Amino acid sequence: MQALQTEELCRIANEMRKDIIRMLAEAASGHPGGSLSVTDILAALYFKTARHDPNNPNWPDRDRIILSKGHAAPALYSALARSGYFPVDQLMTLRKLNSPLQGHPDRRRLAGIEISTGSLGQGLSVGIGMALARRLDQKNYWTYVITSDGEMNEGQTWEAASFASFHKMDHLIAIMDYNKFQLDGAVKEVLDMEPMVDKWKSFGWYTFEIDGHNMEGIVKTIELAKTIKNAPVMIIAHTIKGKGVSFMEGNNHFHGVAPTKEEAERALKELDSHKF
Amino acid sequence: MRERKMGLATRDAYGKTLVELGRKNRDIFVMDADLAKSTKTDFFAKEFPDRFINVGIAEANLVGIAAGLAACGKIPFISSFACFLICKGYEQFRMSVAFSELNVKVVVSHGGISVGEDGASQQSTEDFALMLSLPKFVVMNPSDEVSARALVEQAAKYQGPVFMRTGRPKYPVIYHEGTQFEIGKGMLLREGADLTIVATGILVFEALMASDILAERGISASVIDIHTLKPIDRELLRQQAEKTGAMVCCEEHSIYGGLGSVVASVMAEECPVPIAYVAVQDTFAESGRPDELIQKYGLTAANIVQTAEKVLSRKHK
Ligand SMILES: Cc1ncc(C[n+]2csc(CCOP(=O)(O)OP(=O)(O)O)c2C)c(N)n1
Ligand SMILES: [Mg+2]
Repeated sequence: MQALQTEELCRIANEMRKDIIRMLAEAASGHPGGSLSVTDILAALYFKTARHDPNNPNWPDRDRIILSKGHAAPALYSALARSGYFPVDQLMTLRKLNSPLQGHPDRRRLAGIEISTGSLGQGLSVGIGMALARRLDQKNYWTYVITSDGEMNEGQTWEAASFASFHKMDHLIAIMDYNKFQLDGAVKEVLDMEPMVDKWKSFGWYTFEIDGHNMEGIVKTIELAKTIKNAPVMIIAHTIKGKGVSFMEGNNHFHGVAPTKEEAERALKELDSHKF
Repeated sequence: MRERKMGLATRDAYGKTLVELGRKNRDIFVMDADLAKSTKTDFFAKEFPDRFINVGIAEANLVGIAAGLAACGKIPFISSFACFLICKGYEQFRMSVAFSELNVKVVVSHGGISVGEDGASQQSTEDFALMLSLPKFVVMNPSDEVSARALVEQAAKYQGPVFMRTGRPKYPVIYHEGTQFEIGKGMLLREGADLTIVATGILVFEALMASDILAERGISASVIDIHTLKPIDRELLRQQAEKTGAMVCCEEHSIYGGLGSVVASVMAEECPVPIAYVAVQDTFAESGRPDELIQKYGLTAANIVQTAEKVLSRKHK
């Protein structure tokens, strides 16, 4: 049963990757690399581990999902569309005038977006606020913050890290898309954040280190993370920027450049050939 | 119809000029916050790797380091997107740069809403308001490639903190190569009798087009390019207000706290005349092509013409 479900999740993630390629090629701008690296994590959340209701996006007991690395919006939009928040066709309006699918997530325009993002480094603090409200309201939801290696550069991340462990925040799970690249190049060359695991441990977070493309591993780790009491959890997910499209993998040109029509065709062909 | 001849984006003009300055002045040190490819400081980084540091996505730290360098005689030029550097570095600009009156040059890219498809989170319609209120900061916003190059050179020579906004898209050409610019001196591009259009940045070309349309309707307009919002050219503004008796202020910025606010406060003291505004209203913009956004948010030549006609009706009351 578990194996079958994992296969299904992988199949959905592959569909999401195809959406991302199509959307970005149509928009002719946007961020393929970081959308493709975070796809499996979002698929695991939206289609397996997180509790949410597309027909009732403001359900008070829903889990909160924050895409702190807002430029990966295409991956989030695909997850929302395929879980039923809006028609999949609408994905093609990405970045167009008057579209609810803004270049970066805008909570005023699209149901399902918990908080507007796009300026890096702010999501973890907002997630703490939501987890704090849960504690005050004695509710039982979880708050998930999807962050990145680039976001580790920001001072605010570490202010949030200190607060969350000091205040024993649980029901707060951060997942880091550790794809080893930021905008101007490799994290190692711009501002190396290693030793990453030691940093989070020393900040008092219960820390897991996983393969961010192993669906079964992602799901199991999230389930395990939900059992941790009195401490925030950081799941450091090692990922590949551009995952799933061979000519985009580890090629930071595709951080912020959309595929051309021709590149998109090649990418879609490759994704179509994947078997599950 | 005036020809819209496109020149470089002002961010490209900045990147190129920085390299030239780097060749002449060893004290120039450039830093960026993981946007060197976009702000065009990467040109400098390539030629002078020893005088460039990318601090990562850490804007507040960037500003603090720049203050320290300036306190030791270096001339730091620091860049990122307008929204991130100004908002995240603001307290550091206030305390470590302005209050300490240090020689830091802040040149941001992606000013205004013509950023386009990335949407409101990457656009900037509040940078003038924020930087204008910091004591002693010079605030500049060039309108084309030629003025951008000249003003970056002026900024390097000037002793004290300077803020300059540049933009993402290509800008239409306004000036001939070799035109002279001076910090704080507005450029009178056209002299008219009926009203004065005061514009800055990408809106200067729209203002010139508007003046053409108005001329066809028998209305003659002065057009001023305010490339320096602070210190603003009070003398030129007063002189044109006295002569024309009405003003329209045009900017790719919030209606609150930018060019329009500065001009209004100056004119209230110097020569009260009816003033109207072409600016982004009290709202965030959104994703879309730059031209679509300029249109939707009311920043076109046609909007300037409409606003001019309205202000003229107030003048004749
Ligand atoms: C505060 C801030 N500074 C700069 C940017 C511009 N920017 C967009 S993406 C990016 C690199 C981000 O790297 P990372 O978060 O690791 O993203 P990923 O590799 O997952 O795409 C930068 C600097 C931003 N969005 N926010
Ligand atoms: Mg990254």
